Amino acid sequence: MPDSPLKANLREFLDSNANKIIDAIPFAREIGFEITDVRETTVVARLPYKDKIVAEAESGIIAGGVITTLLDSLCGLSCGLRMGSLGAVATLDLRIDYMRAATPYTDIIAEAECYHKTRSVCFSRAIAYHIDPSDTIATAAGAFAITAPDGASDNDKTAG
Amino acid sequence: MMIDMPNSPNRPALNQLLEDSPFTNLIGFKLQVAGDDILATMPFRETLLGNVMISALHGGAMAAFLELVSTAKVILVSNEIDRPKIVNISINYHRQGRALDLFGAARVVKKGRRIVTVHAEAWQSHREKAVVSTIANFKVGGQQTD
Repeated sequence: MPDSPLKANLREFLDSNANKIIDAIPFAREIGFEITDVRETTVVARLPYKDKIVAEAESGIIAGGVITTLLDSLCGLSCGLRMGSLGAVATLDLRIDYMRAATPYTDIIAEAECYHKTRSVCFSRAIAYHIDPSDTIATAAGAFAITAPDGASDNDKTAG
Repeated sequence: MMIDMPNSPNRPALNQLLEDSPFTNLIGFKLQVAGDDILATMPFRETLLGNVMISALHGGAMAAFLELVSTAKVILVSNEIDRPKIVNISINYHRQGRALDLFGAARVVKKGRRIVTVHAEAWQSHREKAVVSTIANFKVGGQQTD
């Protein structure tokens, strides 16, 4: 499927500037994850372990809410990638299933793909793991409302 | 972290959730307890934003907040000693979260022997205009207090 110039540009932009985008999202910066790969409609990120995102002190286990934030952010980014505009979508809903607790003191990898798009909704799924996707920590499925026409605007209008 | 509650067998589990938790501190989670009911607050801070241009709270932060609200509710109704383990959570985003304090409340839909199901809601200016709502399943049935 040939890319619109905007989508291709966005992918190139993300390839070299992804982490400037993360830096511009305060809570994403606070959690501290970094985009490591950008493909067609897939975004991959690494969440380095840090003590301040742990649920129970001294456990080394990253909090569930952090994983939710990571997967929510990546699903949104993958839909923005597909739309050719990062501000074009707003989360409608998201479902996270936890397979197991994270391994203590270990970085988390997550990837999200926007696998379907209609005129008004984007659908995305994501997975979080440590080394291999088959060793799943959590999975996510999300629906995102399209708030701007295909790559037409960077204005982020959300419903009141 | 403020806990407003009389002595209760659930205090250790709630303490662990609230006072010994780096992530709970990171989002500034506060809790008021009344019997087995709660009112939670996530006071606004800049680091909770998802979009600086329109001053919108990050969806993940709001979801994490409600996950904590739900966990606290499960602890209060189930006499668990350890933190209840979350199985899954379904998050619905109704409105943009603004640069204001976020409040949360939870209701147990079903308390089983192994699974507890909790609805939680978050709001800002108007109780009837929920910003986010969640449904979560928790695994219980581990060690219990008397």
